[in-house]
Amino acid sequence: MGVKSGPGSDPILTTMLDTALGWARKFSLFPLPYGTACCGIEYMAVVGSRYDVSRFGAEVVRFSPRQSDLLIVAGTISQKMAPVLKRIYDQMLEPKWVISMGVCASSGGFYDNYATLQGIDRIIPVDIYIPGCPPRPEAVLDALIMLMEKIEKGEDLAQRPSRVAQGQLPVIDGEAPSEEATRPRSHVKQH
Amino acid sequence: MTEPRNAGKLLQEKFSYLKEFDLATPFPGFFLPGDNLVEVARYLKEELSFDLLADLSCIDASELERTPRFEVLYNFYSLKERDRLFLKVGVDEAEKKCRVPSLCPLYATANWYEREVWDMFGVRFDGHPYLKRILMYEGFEGHPLRKDYDICHRQPLIPGAD
Repeated sequence: MGVKSGPGSDPILTTMLDTALGWARKFSLFPLPYGTACCGIEYMAVVGSRYDVSRFGAEVVRFSPRQSDLLIVAGTISQKMAPVLKRIYDQMLEPKWVISMGVCASSGGFYDNYATLQGIDRIIPVDIYIPGCPPRPEAVLDALIMLMEKIEKGEDLAQRPSRVAQGQLPVIDGEAPSEEATRPRSHVKQH
Repeated sequence: MTEPRNAGKLLQEKFSYLKEFDLATPFPGFFLPGDNLVEVARYLKEELSFDLLADLSCIDASELERTPRFEVLYNFYSLKERDRLFLKVGVDEAEKKCRVPSLCPLYATANWYEREVWDMFGVRFDGHPYLKRILMYEGFEGHPLRKDYDICHRQPLIPGAD
């Protein structure tokens, strides 16, 4: 951003549209808490008055994927639950982001067994991983700040035209996209 | 005050084929053939007031070097007498013989317990009204709590998820 002013005229604030949009978006996240275990309880503490996530503009928790743009997966995801999570993610509108809260969502945690999905990044892209079992509320806030920095940069929006060109975005009258999980992961080590 | 009854002794007097086994608990436990399970359970419920089937579980004894391979364990509780009693039925490994009579007609709780044992161990219950997997999903192959189920085997519902 910059300020331009000429002789005899009012000063003009110059910026890019993406920067302005990113700045606006990062302060108005609508999280969808996908709490399946104890991390879900810990997330309630984050929303509560002591840690008060509303300081970061992300306190309006929506329980409809169509009204939210931040999916917070807080808890163990079983194989049986995996298609449900995938469908919820597919139903969210762009732009959308995912926080994987706790080790169970991130890697399966100590549930290395026949029933548990070994990390939600096997089925959906993840922007921020939070370690911990469960993570402290401070860690969740830290992740939120990291995500806000990422949104401000607008990396995901820059990817959009190429994804359309590659046929990765949903077709209007078709089925839910199956290649949705190919979204680039800038903050994540590639597998 | 009257002496507390000895349900185990009463049961053993009535059914001579019961073999007592040590449960390492204060409660009596008996081993019996599957064919006799329903009559013993009916006697427990109707005569000895064991009105609650508190639990029903299964043991895969293949690594304990016991035969037969599966042991279905019944945990009866009497709310009136505050008394507990266990029954154990041995189940053969062979697929045709891997079955036990269902206790659903006697105890409503048996319905879900038996579905769970079927799901996890693959023991069938004859006469169960709806013997379907209860925890794992449709299309899951095998029974995960059997000792020969590979601990690393994954059956994801989304292809390539694991």
